[in-house]
Amino acid sequence: MNRRANFLMLAVSAMAAAIGSTAAMAQAKEQFFPVLSYRTGPYAPNGAPFANGFVDYLKLVNARDGGINGVKITYEECETGYATDRGVECYERLKGKGPTGATLFHPLSTGITFAVTDKSFNDKIPIVTAGYGRADSRDGTVFGWNFPLGGTYWDAADMLVQHVGKKEGGLDKLKGKKIALVYHDSPYGKEPIALLQERAKMHGFEVLLLPVTHPGVEQKATWLQIRQQRPDYVFLWGWGVMNSTSIKEAVATGYPREKMYGVWWSGAEPDVTPAGDGAKGYNALVFLAPAGQGAVHKDVIKYLHDKGQGTGKKEEIGEVLYNRGMVSAMMSVEAVKRAHIKYGKKPLRGEEVRWGLENLAIDKAAIKRLGFDGFMLPVSTSCADHAGSAPASVHIWDGKRWNVQPGIYEADQQILKPMIRASAEKYAAEKKINKRDCAIEAG
Amino acid sequence: MRKNWPVITLGLVLLAGLVAPFADRSTSPGFYVEVLLGGLMAGVLYSLVALGFALIFKASGVFNFAQGAMVLFAALAVARLAEQVPLWVAMLIAMVIMVALAWVIERLVLRPLVNQEGVALLMATLGVSYFLDGFGQTIWGSDIYKIELGIPKEPVMILESLFQGGILVNKEDFVAAIVATALVAALALFFQKTTTGRALRAVADDHQAAQSIGIPLNRIWVIVWSVAGFVALVAGVIWGSKLGVQFSLSQVALKALPVVILGGFTSVTGAVVGGLIIGVGEKMAEVFLGPVMVKAFDLAGGGIENWFAYVLALLFLLVRPEGLFGEKLIDRV
Repeated sequence: MNRRANFLMLAVSAMAAAIGSTAAMAQAKEQFFPVLSYRTGPYAPNGAPFANGFVDYLKLVNARDGGINGVKITYEECETGYATDRGVECYERLKGKGPTGATLFHPLSTGITFAVTDKSFNDKIPIVTAGYGRADSRDGTVFGWNFPLGGTYWDAADMLVQHVGKKEGGLDKLKGKKIALVYHDSPYGKEPIALLQERAKMHGFEVLLLPVTHPGVEQKATWLQIRQQRPDYVFLWGWGVMNSTSIKEAVATGYPREKMYGVWWSGAEPDVTPAGDGAKGYNALVFLAPAGQGAVHKDVIKYLHDKGQGTGKKEEIGEVLYNRGMVSAMMSVEAVKRAHIKYGKKPLRGEEVRWGLENLAIDKAAIKRLGFDGFMLPVSTSCADHAGSAPASVHIWDGKRWNVQPGIYEADQQILKPMIRASAEKYAAEKKINKRDCAIEAG
Repeated sequence: MRKNWPVITLGLVLLAGLVAPFADRSTSPGFYVEVLLGGLMAGVLYSLVALGFALIFKASGVFNFAQGAMVLFAALAVARLAEQVPLWVAMLIAMVIMVALAWVIERLVLRPLVNQEGVALLMATLGVSYFLDGFGQTIWGSDIYKIELGIPKEPVMILESLFQGGILVNKEDFVAAIVATALVAALALFFQKTTTGRALRAVADDHQAAQSIGIPLNRIWVIVWSVAGFVALVAGVIWGSKLGVQFSLSQVALKALPVVILGGFTSVTGAVVGGLIIGVGEKMAEVFLGPVMVKAFDLAGGGIENWFAYVLALLFLLVRPEGLFGEKLIDRV
């Protein structure tokens, strides 16, 4: 009898503890950030520094500021290996975590972005794709939950055409020229094709499409074709090991690196250092965050790395991808802060965070206050425009470091807008999406 | 002759494919030779990895799916050790590691599976492959590492008087081809002329018969996995020096799979010839057939280099399942 009573008491106390902890969780003042990362596999050399920068910033907000307006940040990493199926699994696993569910997702892969975009409509969780994802998702009236903050691949391709046009002495001088696009044969790599073909029609240059299959280490045939066709410029749309392999093959076939231009995902330290001196003179676009250190990096060192709480190697702080991860995390935190103004300083649901993302206003003063002076340009979004302004520069690798060149480019929205509208409307028709009326929503 | 018509037809189709680029007048002979050479150089490297597959299959009847992972593991070991010690010392230590690995695999994976179905052994090597991929990155790291062999990366021009614009040759590819050729010759001699080589072949023919005449099966397996480890080390160093040492090496190494299908699982010569056919075939297809397909089917690109090798292997499987140089299996029923 005694044993039975003891057992009952134990069961009752266990249940009480479980109920208590659930209640505590529901009341926890925590904002949950899912972190989709890839620290293994062929894309790990690029995925790891981005994830380290992203996570370090989240940790810094907790350690230095005590959270976002007093709401502690919690996070959980999920390894996608840059594979779409694993990315979707991670999305499903993490979307309901934390007291209010996932704040937002950074899929860090265009393939995963394509796959989870449909889901976001039902789950009401924003998908932030800073510098990647679908180019047409800038249109917030159709893509209500996608935020390609800081620019899309159509922006990037347009800016590169502008840059080589400037080098030639004007866009009209591109007539009769050849531009080869060496691209990762995936949704990511194919994104700029539409814009390049549009620009080619306008200016009379030829676009050579040279796909490279995943993971991109076999490019001998691609570069033999480049040697045969002798394009005036090569635009590189690679990721991970594909980038360094392209530069090595350019060396092996004698193609001048000065004529090579990478998108912003083909212009970080892991892309050039494996090619050694051969990478000297290689160019790439840089948006949001170039290499280097500023006030925020000092805080990361002081509050995290000096206390043994940093993520990754200390030497990595200030590298291009580390900084990009940090800026991406910062914009997410700022979106939550912005949403606090409307919904109060409490843990927010994805739906509420969307309002913050649609009303982002990171101006020069805010950039300075946050310690990112020199690492990004102002970003402001709206219900209809989910990307905001997307300026970028070109930086050149000198064998030791990236040097940002004078001149800031912005994509020509007169060309992009009709393309975005047409593509978004096609998507809305296919998926039977009712377009949002931003005026009514603001009203 | 009549029995061989499918093989002859396939051979003729391939030959026709080889000369087809000249139907397009824009193909210059110099460029054609460059693509051919590029394919041959890549083919030699595929042969190097295929040798590892053929060796283990020849000696134990096991299709070692982990050969690609062994290439990555060996290359990672050399690259990371070379950061601390001279390259040749790093290679020696890596070789010791590969022998130790062979011993562990024999003890923990192969020995318990003696006389089991071939598919059980295949699955076991698949497990070893995933383990080595993950374990290698855990202990050595997942960045891109360099192996510096000191071979100049800049290309050289040859035969400028014969072809307009000359032929571009990469010195690194050239050295790799010589090393691979030397290794193939050494292995062929080892198999044909040494007592251990003969013992390996005896084990391959029949485990139980070999045991009954006193050949120590377990020791032979350790030896053959060590030799495969050595081949993986050489392939890893050469590939790693060309591409950088990173995870994708294990996937590239799997390109040796169509090579052994084409050449025959049990043949060292097959591994070499198969490698050359696959290397030349895929480069020719990508450069000359790819653009035609893009125009014909209005494709937005779609690199065919990666799957062409497997299509070629599939065609060979259909007309000659044992491969070009493999042993024909005749089962009595």
